[in-house]
Amino acid sequence: MSILVYALHYQGDFNKNSLGAVSEAAKLAKELGGECGAVVVGEGDDLSDDLCASLGRYGASKVYRARAPEGLAQPVVDVMEKVIQENGFRYALFGGGLLGFEIGAGLTARLNAGVTMEVTAVKVQDGKLVAERPILQDSAVVDVGYSGEPGIVIGRLNAFDARESGDGAAEVIDVDVELQGHSTKAVMVERGEQRGADVNIEDAEILVAGGRGLGNAEGFELCESLAEALGGAVAATRAVVDAGWYPYAAQIGQTGKTVAPKLYLAAGISGAIQHKVGMQSSENIVAINKDPNAPIFEFSDLGVVGDLNKIIPKLTEAVKAKKVD
Amino acid sequence: MKICVLVKEVPDAAVEKRMDEGAKRLDRSGEKNLNPFDTHAIEAAMQIREGGAVDVDEIVAVTMGPESAFRALHKAVSLGADRSVHLTDEALAGSDVCATGYALAKALEGESPDLVLLGQQSDDGECYTIGAVVADHLKMPSLTQVIKIDVNAGKLRCERQAEYGYDTVEVELPAVISVGDAINEPRYPSLKAIMGARKKPLDTKSASDAGIEPDRVGEHGSRTEVLAISPPPEKEPGEVIEDEDTNETVERIVSWLHERKLLT
Repeated sequence: MSILVYALHYQGDFNKNSLGAVSEAAKLAKELGGECGAVVVGEGDDLSDDLCASLGRYGASKVYRARAPEGLAQPVVDVMEKVIQENGFRYALFGGGLLGFEIGAGLTARLNAGVTMEVTAVKVQDGKLVAERPILQDSAVVDVGYSGEPGIVIGRLNAFDARESGDGAAEVIDVDVELQGHSTKAVMVERGEQRGADVNIEDAEILVAGGRGLGNAEGFELCESLAEALGGAVAATRAVVDAGWYPYAAQIGQTGKTVAPKLYLAAGISGAIQHKVGMQSSENIVAINKDPNAPIFEFSDLGVVGDLNKIIPKLTEAVKAKKVD
Repeated sequence: MKICVLVKEVPDAAVEKRMDEGAKRLDRSGEKNLNPFDTHAIEAAMQIREGGAVDVDEIVAVTMGPESAFRALHKAVSLGADRSVHLTDEALAGSDVCATGYALAKALEGESPDLVLLGQQSDDGECYTIGAVVADHLKMPSLTQVIKIDVNAGKLRCERQAEYGYDTVEVELPAVISVGDAINEPRYPSLKAIMGARKKPLDTKSASDAGIEPDRVGEHGSRTEVLAISPPPEKEPGEVIEDEDTNETVERIVSWLHERKLLT
């Protein structure tokens, strides 16, 4: 029983979550007595034989390469449908990220297939895959099995680690696919636009992150002063980045960056799953939020229930004073 | 142009959500409400209508759910929809994502919309995927997590955050667009709109009315099965400070940081 993975690439590099999906699929396929195939889709010169074959290092044995528009889900659905049907793949697996969700969902409809999303682990039970999925804001975990074929597994961001398997290059197979009409009706105008200043949060040992609870863009001045006092950098949630309060480069979580600093101080952040997956590996998590029921208090090491406008200025002064000591 | 907005009835935010261990489904008893993410989709439809770039003849709220879900439709109408469609049938109960997407697509086929809008996720199921499932059944182009829509000459110019930054994508109509919650601030319904919502047309459809094949929906038609439910991995609860005296609070935070050598 073999497993097919979609490997997303951009400007000559594979996505970290896609490499994780290849590693996971290769491991599971071995248990099932099958192999891991990977689909790559793009139009640029960067999709070279060498780049495609390099997925072999993570355990893919075959790489199916199709020339079609990249960065959009529906052309990939057409490609994966064909590859699954011609080669009998039993499962399709996706690493976390926007496109994986969309492609997996499209395949669900196309193949009348079962789908499980936000999966954090996959196991083999009685010769079949069973997906573990946290539900209800991570307050419970369900084991989901599949009836019929194929089964579709969409991972949560960072659920699957990329691991080099020690295998050699994968065989690269070109696939010709005629796209369906509707798959050509969305056209990329601009991809990967960076909005706002370029800031580096991935190397910071201390991060002060701000969310909607700051109230407005000016609220970030509180975070900046505190970050300066602590010797750290400022990060932000997706909500405030989309609202234009802070630069995209500072965004944590789903579609943004994943960080694991020594100290992560969250100000006015409720702690939705999409944010949690980007920072939960931080060594020390401190949360300040006025809502005692905010989910972030479920996974913070120190939670402070109160008004950040009162607390942060005094905290900034106290940190400065302590450092002078 | 005709816009259909897919909406869902979900447990109210104040209700603690839990699983029904016997049926292995979400326990949907208790107070219910319109899925909060859907209000952004209705607002997006209203802004397209009010924007004037295209004539919007009709905004139709469409749901699939038990009998009680008419209340979510009333709320959708109070927020701006002109009428609503309620797909309801015992045979649909227990449908998974695959079956639900199929059934909703069948209900939408009867409406022939130019644009289908929906919220990015339901507050209870958190699946993020229904839009893309529906789109493939309807053979329409689709995008999810859209935070800006401009209508121009029969096309939509959509912006969203994807893996590598912001993408701008042009989409031909008819299309299915799921919107992120950053797209707008939904308005509050007026008292008059709330009172008037009950008088707006509401079509109730059974599965067979919508042309749904019975073996593709419900628990039998679903392609996934919940095998087990377990509590999440244990995590030591953290320390919590209620801020009463801010000077004292700050002192406690500083010593907590200092103990962990984070103030060097």
